[in-house]
Amino acid sequence: MWEYSDKVREHFFNPRNSGPLEEANGIGDVGSIQCGDALRLMLKVNPETEVIEDAHFQTFGCGSAIASSSALTEMIKGLTLDEALKVSNQDIADFLDGLPPEKMHCSVMGREALQAAVANYRGEEWSDDHEEGALICKCFAIDAVMIEDVVTANNLNTVEEVTFYTKAGGGCAACHEGIEEILAKVKASRAGPGETSPPPACPATPEAPKPPSKKLSIVEKIKKIEEVLESVRPMLQRDHGDVELADVQGKKIYVHLKGACSGCMMEAATLGGIQQKMIEALGELVQVLPSSHMPVEA
Amino acid sequence: MEPIYLDNNATTRCEPAVVEAMLPFFTEHFGNASSIHAFGSEVGKALKKARAQVQALLGAEHDSEIIFTSCGTESDSTAILSALKAQPERNTVITTTVEHPAILTLCEWLEKEGYIVHKLKVDKKGRIDIDEYKSLLHDRVAVVSVMWANNETGTLFPVEEMAELAAAKGIMFHTDAVQAVGKVPIDLKNTKIDMLSLSGHKLHAPKGIGVLYLRRGCRFRPLLRGGHQERGRRAGTENSASIVGLGMACELAMQNMEKENTEVRRLRDKLEKGILSQVTHCFPTGDPGNRLPNTSNIAFEYVEGEAILLLLNKMGIACSSGSACTSGSLEPSHVMRAMGIPYTAAHGTIRFSLSVNNTEAEIDRVIEAVPPIIAQLRKLSPYWRDGGPVSAEQAFAPTYA
Repeated sequence: MWEYSDKVREHFFNPRNSGPLEEANGIGDVGSIQCGDALRLMLKVNPETEVIEDAHFQTFGCGSAIASSSALTEMIKGLTLDEALKVSNQDIADFLDGLPPEKMHCSVMGREALQAAVANYRGEEWSDDHEEGALICKCFAIDAVMIEDVVTANNLNTVEEVTFYTKAGGGCAACHEGIEEILAKVKASRAGPGETSPPPACPATPEAPKPPSKKLSIVEKIKKIEEVLESVRPMLQRDHGDVELADVQGKKIYVHLKGACSGCMMEAATLGGIQQKMIEALGELVQVLPSSHMPVEA
Repeated sequence: MEPIYLDNNATTRCEPAVVEAMLPFFTEHFGNASSIHAFGSEVGKALKKARAQVQALLGAEHDSEIIFTSCGTESDSTAILSALKAQPERNTVITTTVEHPAILTLCEWLEKEGYIVHKLKVDKKGRIDIDEYKSLLHDRVAVVSVMWANNETGTLFPVEEMAELAAAKGIMFHTDAVQAVGKVPIDLKNTKIDMLSLSGHKLHAPKGIGVLYLRRGCRFRPLLRGGHQERGRRAGTENSASIVGLGMACELAMQNMEKENTEVRRLRDKLEKGILSQVTHCFPTGDPGNRLPNTSNIAFEYVEGEAILLLLNKMGIACSSGSACTSGSLEPSHVMRAMGIPYTAAHGTIRFSLSVNNTEAEIDRVIEAVPPIIAQLRKLSPYWRDGGPVSAEQAFAPTYA
């Protein structure tokens, strides 16, 4: 059985605002009977102020689907439509003191239902871009569709790269076989018919690249290192982090991880991803290490 | 309030007599059966007795046909991989779409490895088409693996007839019988079944013990190689306490076979009738005329299984569901989908599985508890309004369906 918080249980056993709302002027229907979760959100909106005066729900679904629907109606009552639209699925989960990752993935439909109900109230068409696949990485709740999209868009080839781009596989590592299967599938479709190649393995150590045509000068090397850091910066900034070159000592490249990146549990995966890119750019095996590993001057 | 356990197809309570039989093998009889000294020989004798007890329940001709393993899954993997390894000229496995993951996941992997797997389809009552089966028996088939009884619906497959048909074509036949052993009479010496898997914890023995029955003369390649245990067919020091426990459980199952098929069957039928007569829009899945005596799987339309389980659990009633949510997958049970049960019903399937330990009073309590729970959840459901499903013109059709 799932580990549900007391608050989830409480909202499931005693759902608030359930059942039809006859005076509703904004209705959002979302979900999928195939997945086993579907939600109708009904809003009574004051046309003068756009304040949500009442909110009801009807849900076909599991314990967390019903609890998160109940929580949503409690959270948005009294808010204006614009304020309510800022409520995210994560906010709903936080309100319920957290949900198991599998449940977060499939049963929390609140944000979509809100958008649909507001669009319905405003007389707009609403279409959902929500697509979901089988859950691959249970540590970070990343599904197959997300991994496949990122692998295709960025031409990824290794599990390490997938971890770097999506975090999938960066926790317990139990899903690496699943990630390898997706990589093989995308690679096969990339190659087209007749050109099949064996699935990529997850190398324990980076493979030695082809030797460069000529040795880089130290200035050229630093320049290339900066280029690589520049290329990964937007991705780190998206997660409220950053990176800066600290020093280069032979084959060891020391970097400062900043902001959210410093002390993040994904630090090793992030550095591994940067290292892979460095090796490709420099054409030699190098190690990327946090600046805290720099040898102390005697 | 005493809890009511109706999830015996998931696992069973270890019988007190079984635990009692096991205990000395943790203390005074701790020896290794392979040892020459007295500590070992005591254990050796106990294993021999247990093997005979299992042999009796299965109706096996020889006690050496019983190989102790760690679980049903190990027995399944051993059987299928052995058949493929022993007959390299054969590359095909025949199974069904409704097998347990212990078989299906293995078969998916075999397909990736280049083997051919034919999965027999089932009809809406979960029955296979014997003519389709006959047409697939050819000389490239290494093994047929078909479950004796389905774990979700209890539906029985005609494995004895299927084994005859396979044998006539010189094809090995394996059956995953973890749900059937102890619930239906089995007499392997009078069948053509070559291999059979059983799991201790499904018949009141502990978890972590299983058996592979291997007919004498059936070509075999071990999964685990090492010591000479189990005549070199399953290396690894014997789990002596659990083997003794399984032996005792098999003896008890023999004694209870009659009760299982009369008293347990009566209680199961009473439960099912009691629910069906009070709740609209629900139906039993599988083949009610041909199933295990202890299993009833009911599909409640327009409500979701996990929600039902949580409410039942609050009333102290334990059972299980084929909904997507309880498995953590995105789709409801593969067994329900194979039978073509619509999604609105498949997500609301609840399996009640009884054992000889259940009482009439318990069944009465469950019959009383279920209808209000279904009514409560239907009141919340967007697919339900005013005591019935939403009519076609007002049908609930959400985005991204």
